Amino acid sequence: MGFELFSFFKGGVHPPGNKHFTEDKPIEKAKVPALVYIPLQQHIGAPCEPTVKPGDQVKMGQVIGQQKGHVCAPIHSSVSGKVKSIIPFATAHGSKIQTIVIENDGLDTPAESIIGRNVDEVSAQEILDTVLNAGIVGLGNATFPTHVKLSPPADKVIEAVILNGAECEPYLTADHRLMVEEPDAVVGGLRLIMRVLDVETGYIGIEDNKPDAIAAIEKAIGDYPNITIKTLKTKYPQGCERNLIETITGRQVPSGGLPMDVGIIVNNVTTAAQIYKSVSTGMPLIERTVTITGRGINNPRNLLVRFGTLVSDVIEECGGLSCEPGKIIIGGPMMGVAQHTMDIPITKGVSGIVFMPRDEVKEEEILPCIRCAKCIQVCPIRLMPLSISAHSLRGEYDTCETLHALDCVECGACSYICPSKRPLQESIKLAKQVIIDRRRNEN
Amino acid sequence: MLIDILMPVLSLGGMSLLFGAGLAFASQKFAIGTDPKEEQIRQVLPGVNCGACGYPGCDGFAAAVAAGQAPITGCTVGGSSVAQDIGLIMGLEAEETQRKVAKVLCAGDCDKATNKYHYDGIEDCVAASMLADGPKECSFGCLGLGTCVRACPFDAIYIDKGIAVVDEEKCTGCEICVAVCPKNIIEMIPVSSQVQVMCKSEDKGRDVRKYCTVGCIACKICERACEYDAIKVENNVARIDYDKCVNCMVCAEKCPTKSIYADFENRRPEFVGMSN
Repeated sequence: MGFELFSFFKGGVHPPGNKHFTEDKPIEKAKVPALVYIPLQQHIGAPCEPTVKPGDQVKMGQVIGQQKGHVCAPIHSSVSGKVKSIIPFATAHGSKIQTIVIENDGLDTPAESIIGRNVDEVSAQEILDTVLNAGIVGLGNATFPTHVKLSPPADKVIEAVILNGAECEPYLTADHRLMVEEPDAVVGGLRLIMRVLDVETGYIGIEDNKPDAIAAIEKAIGDYPNITIKTLKTKYPQGCERNLIETITGRQVPSGGLPMDVGIIVNNVTTAAQIYKSVSTGMPLIERTVTITGRGINNPRNLLVRFGTLVSDVIEECGGLSCEPGKIIIGGPMMGVAQHTMDIPITKGVSGIVFMPRDEVKEEEILPCIRCAKCIQVCPIRLMPLSISAHSLRGEYDTCETLHALDCVECGACSYICPSKRPLQESIKLAKQVIIDRRRNEN
Repeated sequence: MLIDILMPVLSLGGMSLLFGAGLAFASQKFAIGTDPKEEQIRQVLPGVNCGACGYPGCDGFAAAVAAGQAPITGCTVGGSSVAQDIGLIMGLEAEETQRKVAKVLCAGDCDKATNKYHYDGIEDCVAASMLADGPKECSFGCLGLGTCVRACPFDAIYIDKGIAVVDEEKCTGCEICVAVCPKNIIEMIPVSSQVQVMCKSEDKGRDVRKYCTVGCIACKICERACEYDAIKVENNVARIDYDKCVNCMVCAEKCPTKSIYADFENRRPEFVGMSN
């Protein structure tokens, strides 16, 4: 193990990793602020219904947002204290969302419902129930409710589970540090997922720029037979689900299909570790590791942050801004979203915050496409970004659909490589949005 | 020598006559009859192929009407005059329809509404609204990046000081702009209406004041001033019931933020001075 490097065959780019800011910094607990802002939607799917009202006392880990519909995950209080108000509040990924504001009493009194279980004896159904009740979602970035992923339809035969530890996004080291510091939770989580799905084969894919994580995971696996580490070549987007499946198993997810169509389920390493922790301690998902990084912050760190902590609170914790920020990006620089305010709560989908000083943020002039086809070369999904983008900018969204715009994973490799600095990913994202909206209106 | 020319001329000419006769016969014998009504309807339609009727162009709509699958009033662009013409062809009576035009219900232009960030992405309202609801502080207002301008097949929309404005004369009521606007602030208003609430913000009045000087703050003064029960505040924004509104314009006079537009120049004389 470790000698053979796996990589998908075509596409990908090599942006500067910039992981040196935080890759050696151990995960530390962040200070819990006096006020937490917990949005009622921190996942893909329907928003939750609030189960508390202003003035109510809540305990740490108590359900404050009940799930509505199948594709949804409940929301829990990350502190104990009193509900102050329920207001619309800005979030990292766009619109204002109904948000529960809680005054922290600083006691962290856990809710009575929190009961740990013995991870060796727990049954498949019990694990699935815990995943649902603990509000666990994909913690890589996508925030898709994990219980939905772990209950595939009966006609799909799942043959293997892959844990995604590639962390190919530049700057971010949250998954890396977790694998180094808590490898037992990662491997334990994978074994629980394999038990839920009744699967014999498990893989953990890790990029070769994290040798310490590979060594730690290898040690945690020990002589457990059915789990294999796959060392991946460092290349962006190695951690893209479809590429990871192709790299590790050689199977290609069909256009418009899901990994389960080829018998694979992929989960992030942090998600797996969270499943292990929630099953063993009973504590739902109320905090996560977040990489606070970039040249724009004085003291880059990996922090374990309670949900509802504002970005401004963590800035203070990391020694403040080192200069006037050019861009503050939630997520990594390739796929993340630039923010307009620092009063944004950290939620389940926030794996990192990158602070870029002004001199790193250039406003490039957009030049005409010269048909160099570099975007086609780097696209990991084998699309033609230049064509989809051109049609999108002309408003010809039907043509974008026939060019498989919906298969785009928005990795941004095309925009990164484009010598004319064309807004390729942005315009494809727009086309996807319009196509999805139209489909929704037709139904 | 002559025979060398005559032979091909005669043989090719003979063959073409033969094939010509064959084609002429086939076109008569195997002709597919078209409904003469379809052709007549096609003649009276505007012929812009905008697709607002829901059929693929004017030909598709004409065929659907002739087959009885589409209503004779289906062409919004043609309005009631076209509906009457189609009615004559189909032998049906067309009901008189009120002409409606699109109106962008936002007056928060760049002087009156503030922005929360500098947007340098692609010029498209849908793209901008994917980023924290767009650069405008108000999440309900017009972004002015011209998605409706580009979608309008009649060149009836333009951007003035950062918000979209519909030219009533050019608007045909095809509703394409209504469908493409990501903020849903374009509405179809009866052309006879002289009063409109130019705000769709459902934020609380206190918040509206922070970012827009002409936003509706839901104070309900208009609701109390209206003698015709035609204006109601729902979800923190005033809405006019155009069936009840008589265009007295009292609400617009009383509105403290001037978020209600009224065409005062053409006010009917009996309403002048009514609010005093």
